[in-house]
Amino acid sequence: MDLTKENVKVMNPADSKIPEGPIAEKWTNYKAHQKLVNPANKRRLDIIVVGTGLAGASAASSLAEMGFNVLNFCIQDSPRRAHSIAAQGGINAAKNYQNDGDSVYRLFYDTVKGGDYRAREANVYRLAEVSNNIIDQCVAQGVPFAREYGGLLANRSFGGAQVSRTFYAKGQTGQQLLLGAYSSLNRQINLGKVKSYNRYEMHDVVMIDGRARGIIAKNLVTGKFERFAAHAVVIATGGYGNAYFLSTNAMGCNCSAAMACYRKGAYFANPAYVQIHPTCIPVHGDQQSKLTLMSESLRNDGRIWVPKKLEDAKKLQSGEIKGSDIPEEDRDYYLERRYPAFGNLVPRDVASRAAKERCDKGFGVNNTGLAVFLDFSDAINRLGIDTVRQRYGNLFDMYEEITDVNPGEVGKEINGETYYNPMMIFPAIHYTMGGIWVDYELQTSLKGLFAIGECNFSDHGANRLGASALMQGLADGYFVLPYTIQNYLSDQITVPHFTTDTPEFDEAEKKCIEAQESFLKIQGNRSVDSIHKELGHIMWEYVGMARTKEGLTTALEKLKALRKEFQTNLYVPGTADGMNIELDKAFRLNDFITMGELVAYDALNRNESCGGHFREEYQTEEGEAKRDDQNYFYVSCWDYQGSDDKAPELIKEPLHYEAIKVQTRNYKS
Amino acid sequence: MANITVQLKVWRQAGPKEKGEFKTYTVETDTDTSFLETLDILNEQLVAKHEEPIAFDHDCREGICGMCSLYINGHPHGPATGATTCQLYMRRFHDGEVITVEPWRSAAFPVIKDLMVDRNAFDKIQQAGGYVSFNCGGAQDANCLPISKVNADLAMDAATCIGCGACVAACKNGSAMLFVSAKVSQFALLPQGQVERARRARAMVKKMDELGFGNCTNTGACAAECPKNISLSNIARLNREFIKAKLKD
Repeated sequence: MDLTKENVKVMNPADSKIPEGPIAEKWTNYKAHQKLVNPANKRRLDIIVVGTGLAGASAASSLAEMGFNVLNFCIQDSPRRAHSIAAQGGINAAKNYQNDGDSVYRLFYDTVKGGDYRAREANVYRLAEVSNNIIDQCVAQGVPFAREYGGLLANRSFGGAQVSRTFYAKGQTGQQLLLGAYSSLNRQINLGKVKSYNRYEMHDVVMIDGRARGIIAKNLVTGKFERFAAHAVVIATGGYGNAYFLSTNAMGCNCSAAMACYRKGAYFANPAYVQIHPTCIPVHGDQQSKLTLMSESLRNDGRIWVPKKLEDAKKLQSGEIKGSDIPEEDRDYYLERRYPAFGNLVPRDVASRAAKERCDKGFGVNNTGLAVFLDFSDAINRLGIDTVRQRYGNLFDMYEEITDVNPGEVGKEINGETYYNPMMIFPAIHYTMGGIWVDYELQTSLKGLFAIGECNFSDHGANRLGASALMQGLADGYFVLPYTIQNYLSDQITVPHFTTDTPEFDEAEKKCIEAQESFLKIQGNRSVDSIHKELGHIMWEYVGMARTKEGLTTALEKLKALRKEFQTNLYVPGTADGMNIELDKAFRLNDFITMGELVAYDALNRNESCGGHFREEYQTEEGEAKRDDQNYFYVSCWDYQGSDDKAPELIKEPLHYEAIKVQTRNYKS
Repeated sequence: MANITVQLKVWRQAGPKEKGEFKTYTVETDTDTSFLETLDILNEQLVAKHEEPIAFDHDCREGICGMCSLYINGHPHGPATGATTCQLYMRRFHDGEVITVEPWRSAAFPVIKDLMVDRNAFDKIQQAGGYVSFNCGGAQDANCLPISKVNADLAMDAATCIGCGACVAACKNGSAMLFVSAKVSQFALLPQGQVERARRARAMVKKMDELGFGNCTNTGACAAECPKNISLSNIARLNREFIKAKLKD
């Protein structure tokens, strides 16, 4: 990769289509002047929405409510299974119901700061602006948010904020919001405005005369590739966390739809920004298939600590003592010590790195030395076990089912103090801020192709704050895309419904079949999972929480070798006829390897530390991330060069901040 | 943690129309590994022997998406209470145990392959009326609608249903009453659901009957086996809602 300054392209600022005017008026101005499609013409237009998570389901239902014909796809057996359902903690909105000083501006500011000043300002302001509509919309759908005795909505606080702006439904907020969107979707399916395709996986986007006009999707039950045409294509297919094999993502989560768009020429932005969540259940063994998240909401009442004394840590590692055996004075509440102003509620990237720092120094608390404690003794002693169980009971039970330890049980009494069993937690891959590049209208660099939710890049910068993913997914689907897509479709009203009987569809389908045959033909010795696990090890070791130039170079070499291994030594059983789960996994793994390389290229290019991207060479004396705004105040957009074997080319989208002064992130005071 | 060896007696069926049979496999695993990870280990062994791996549904592996199913040793989602199959760990089993693994057994959920069934009927019931008819964009401020905490909490408890189908699999009549009642209850308890209350109860029950689900037995196996502890009182509420709706006809 040659990244000398002269040959790197810089994007024309107009390409991001950010509207004129002061930050608070941009979205209003946009809506006032955008082109619309009248109701009679909406009926003539077809839109493909791939994915049924918060972004996909909300977009599909809203577009159908407006009158468009929607084709909606998901890989699971029902739209309700999409992984948004697993989000536990909550959703942010600038309602200021708690009268604690919140406002649209403050949510905007916290999100930009939380993203380490690498998000697009105008997009984030719009997100904060529509956040309030989302809560109204969800309540109207019958989403059972938590309430106070007076009947009004309850709130709690999340990392990176000093106000309580998070709305929640027990520890199942994602589930309830998704079921809300799913209910609206069901209504439109019943009305015939949405056609729902379950157990279908998108394999390619079809471009005709420079516009996205359809997709090739595989029916996962029959094993057949099928063609679908439309006036516009929206992908809402989530993130690429499973490139690390072990993550909190669901088993089926994959980046294949995004990679198909990337290979067709859609830029991929900021792939290096991967979120590592601080509160996950630690890895237990080689057979583990995924990691389980413990909601960030636990940090409202839980305190994170490791022993002060190295000898206590050693005893914990060998199993001689338990966490509750260590008295208060020998505990190091390192987040409260390092970040007094935010304490246990620092943003995720900061909390994750602090845990790694302690474990690297030998203070880890389990047999592998890769865990810290999350302790509820204080909260239980202060509020009583009943109140704490009401708040986190389902999370305690989930933890117990997996680890056989209940955090609500008394561990030991020392000098009249009751110590409860602490949870053990460790950081894990959770969310990807990077994604398909989109402009202010959520359109990718390919005309007629839109990307929403986690699979685009725009709103979270280098780090996402807790309870903001649900907000962004629903903002994109309910309140942004339904407006902006009309600006694109307004001159498409005379274009008739498409046929899939074109050379472009022939070509795209042929490529899918050829790829499938090539995987089946290898007949090597290694299963898909064994290669995927190896990919995960490379990614976590060299492209994980702490990266170096040397490590990233090694990663790129190893990934190249792994691709070779995949191409020559893979074994996929069965045939192309009918359901073949291993074959479907092989497709996804092929894309994860390309994705892994993309993350490594971007991380290697970005000679600074910011948010979820930490380069060991670039840190302050206190171990905090050191940004380089002089040289890296831009979005890295990666342009595919026609082959997975070629390095992608970098295009920079310079960032322009008008409202917020870019400064060093400070959570200490 | 302890290493254990178990015998998995698994239902194998190549397709919806094919004849199925039990096959027994030996798997070495450990007590900290989950049941589905043990199936992963078995599948890796099968692939290594160039045999077809076992097809089963699963996704989030956190007990929330409702994708995993499996009848394990005669119980939907296995021996643990209030947990899905993906939250089942091998410490629930002993060394040498023979574990029988079957798909959901219900006429309304035909087998697709091995342990995987088609639960599309559940989506169809929801499509018939499991919503508040409301277009995005017109909502009033959320706090203009105070809702008693008691009702909001009850609605939340009902809304916790993950749509896995364990209730149907557990019922000797293959009834979907618990599933339908959870959604009908959620909206019957909330002010947002009042306008369409009668229409919803009628439409969802009608669709349930059409799709071949059986009648309620009143024995409560559904609630006993539900991984989300959805209460039987929801069925009582559904009956009330349905009768009230019919009286209006």
